[in-house]
Amino acid sequence: MAYPDHLEALNKAFSGIGVDENSLISIVANSNHEHKKSFRKGCSKLFIEDQNGFERMDQSIIKNLKLEFKRFRDAVVLSLLHPWERDARLIEKAMKKGQKHYDVIVEIACTRSSNELLGARKAYHSLFHHSVEEHLATHVKGCERKLLVALVSAYRYEGPKVNEDVVKSEAEILSNAIKNADKRKPIEDEDTIMILATRSKPHLKAVYEHYNKICDKSLTEILDAGLSVDGDEESKRAVTRVIVTQREALVKEGYAPNKIQGILTGHYKDFILGSLAREEMNKPL
Amino acid sequence: MATIDVPNQVSFLEDAEALRKACQGWGTDEKAIISVLGHRNAAQRKQIRLAYEELYQEDLIKRLESELSGDFERAVYRWILDPADRDAVLANVAIRKSSPDHHVIIEISCTRSPEELLAVRRAYQARYKHSLEEDVAAHTKGDIRTLLVVLVSAFRYDGEEINTRVANSEAKTLHDAIKDKAFNHEEVIRIMSTRSKMQLMATFNRYRDDQGTSITKNLPGASGDEFLLALRTAVRCLNDPKKYFEKVLRSSIKRTGTDEDGLTRVIVTRAEKDLKEIKDLYYKRNSVPLDQAVAKDTSGDYKAFLLTLLGKED
Repeated sequence: MAYPDHLEALNKAFSGIGVDENSLISIVANSNHEHKKSFRKGCSKLFIEDQNGFERMDQSIIKNLKLEFKRFRDAVVLSLLHPWERDARLIEKAMKKGQKHYDVIVEIACTRSSNELLGARKAYHSLFHHSVEEHLATHVKGCERKLLVALVSAYRYEGPKVNEDVVKSEAEILSNAIKNADKRKPIEDEDTIMILATRSKPHLKAVYEHYNKICDKSLTEILDAGLSVDGDEESKRAVTRVIVTQREALVKEGYAPNKIQGILTGHYKDFILGSLAREEMNKPL
Repeated sequence: MATIDVPNQVSFLEDAEALRKACQGWGTDEKAIISVLGHRNAAQRKQIRLAYEELYQEDLIKRLESELSGDFERAVYRWILDPADRDAVLANVAIRKSSPDHHVIIEISCTRSPEELLAVRRAYQARYKHSLEEDVAAHTKGDIRTLLVVLVSAFRYDGEEINTRVANSEAKTLHDAIKDKAFNHEEVIRIMSTRSKMQLMATFNRYRDDQGTSITKNLPGASGDEFLLALRTAVRCLNDPKKYFEKVLRSSIKRTGTDEDGLTRVIVTRAEKDLKEIKDLYYKRNSVPLDQAVAKDTSGDYKAFLLTLLGKED
C-alpha cells in the first residue's frame, strides 16, 4: 500500500468544490488504523498536532467539509422542487439571513418571467401563510425595503413595445438619481423605484442602453466569481443556484462547462455537468 | 348575494339571434336587449358573445356600442364584459382622466379578492399593453402614487389566520401616525398594502376597541388632502366593502360628491356578487328601497336596465 499516493488522493478528494465521494469510499473505507494515522500526520492542511499528543482536525475545516458534502444534496433538492416552491423558499431563506443575502431576492424577482414570479408568490402563500411582500415589509428594515417589496410585487408587461421618448426621460431620471446619490440613496428614490419595478424588461433594457449600463452583472460574471476555490461560501452557493435555475439562459449565452471540470468534484460535479448537458440537448440544432 | 334573475334554461344561439334581431332595421329594440342581457350571468354572456361572433362574424360588443348611446350604452358595455376585463377598463378610464379617479383604483384593488385582482392585472396587460402598476405610476405623483401602486400590486394572503399580537402593535402604529398627522408614514402604507384582509380587520377592530371610535372617523373625509382621502377610502373598502358601496350609491343618487359613474359602476360590478346585501343596507340607512331611489333618479332605457340588474321582475 503506497501511502503517499493515497495521501495525495485524499487531499485531492477534499479540495475543489464538492467532495469526491467515490475516491473517499475507496480510500477511507479501506484504510486501517495505521493508514488513517499516517493520513493525519501527513496532512497538515487538515490536521494539527495537539499538545496533548494527538492529531486534531482543524475546526474550520470540519465546518467547511460539512458544507462541501451538503452541496450535492442541496443541488438535487433545489433541482427537484417545483420552480415556484424553489423560488419561494430561496426568497424566504435570503430574507431571514439578512442584508448580505438580499441580492438573491433581487436575482429571483428580476430573472423570472412575470408568471413565474406570480407562481412563486402563490407558493409563498401556501408555504408560509403570509404574502411575500408582507414578510419582506416586516423583516427588511433598511433602505432596501421599498425597492425589494416593489420588485417582488411586479407583474411586468412582457411585450416588445417600447416608447422611445419615455425611455429617454426615464434614463435621465435614473442618471439624476445616481448623480444625487450623496444627498439621497438612489434605491430610496421614489421615481427610481417606480421605473425599475414597474416597467417592462425590453423598456428597461432600452433605458440601460441609453444610460450606458448601471451595474449590470451578467450571469456568467456571477459564476466566475463563484468558481474559485478561494471564493466565499455565498459565491459558491450562487454556483448551484444560478446553474440549476438558469440553465436555459446559460446554455443560450454559450456558457462553456469546461471551467467546471477542473474545479468541481464528486457527485456534485456530475450532477451540475449533467444538468447543463441535459439543457444542451434541449437546444434546437 | 347576487340580485340578477337568471332563468334555468338558456340557449346561447337563441339569445344571439334575439340580440341580432333587436339591432336590425331602423332603431334598436332596447327592451329586448335588456330582457336578454339583464338576465344572464358572466359565463353565459361570454357564450352569447361567442355564439354571436360565430353566427354573424361580428363582435357583439362593437355592434352594441354603435347601436346604443349615453348612460345606457355605458352600462351595457360594462355589463357585457368579463368581470376582470371590465375592471381593467374601469381602471384605465379612471387613470386617464386629467384628474385621475383615485377612488376607483382603490375600490378595485381593495374590494376584489387577491385572485380577482391578479386577473384584472392580466386583463389590463392584454388590453393596454402596459402593466396596471406601470400606468398608475406614470399618471400619478407623490405619496398618493406610492399608495396606489402598492395597492394594485398587492397579492394578499387569502387565509383566515390572525395574529393578535401583530394586530395590537399595528393598531398602535396606525394610532400614532394619525395622532401625529403623519398619515403617509411608511408604516401606514406597509400595513395597508401588505396585510391580509382578515388581519387588517382585526387591526381595525383593535383600534376601535382601544380608541373608542372607528379608525375612519379619525381620518377626516372633508379635508382637501388627497392622500388622506385615498387612505380613508382604502380603509373603508378593506374594512367593510358593502358599507362602502352603499355610501357610493347614496352619494351618487343624492348627487353629493363627483362620482357620476358611481351608480352604474356599483350596480354593474356588484349585481353578481353582493348587491342584495348592499340593497338591504341601503334600505336600513335611507328608509327607502334602492329600487325606488334609482327609479326616481334615472329614466328611460338606462333606468330599465339598472332596475333589471337590481332584480326587478319584468
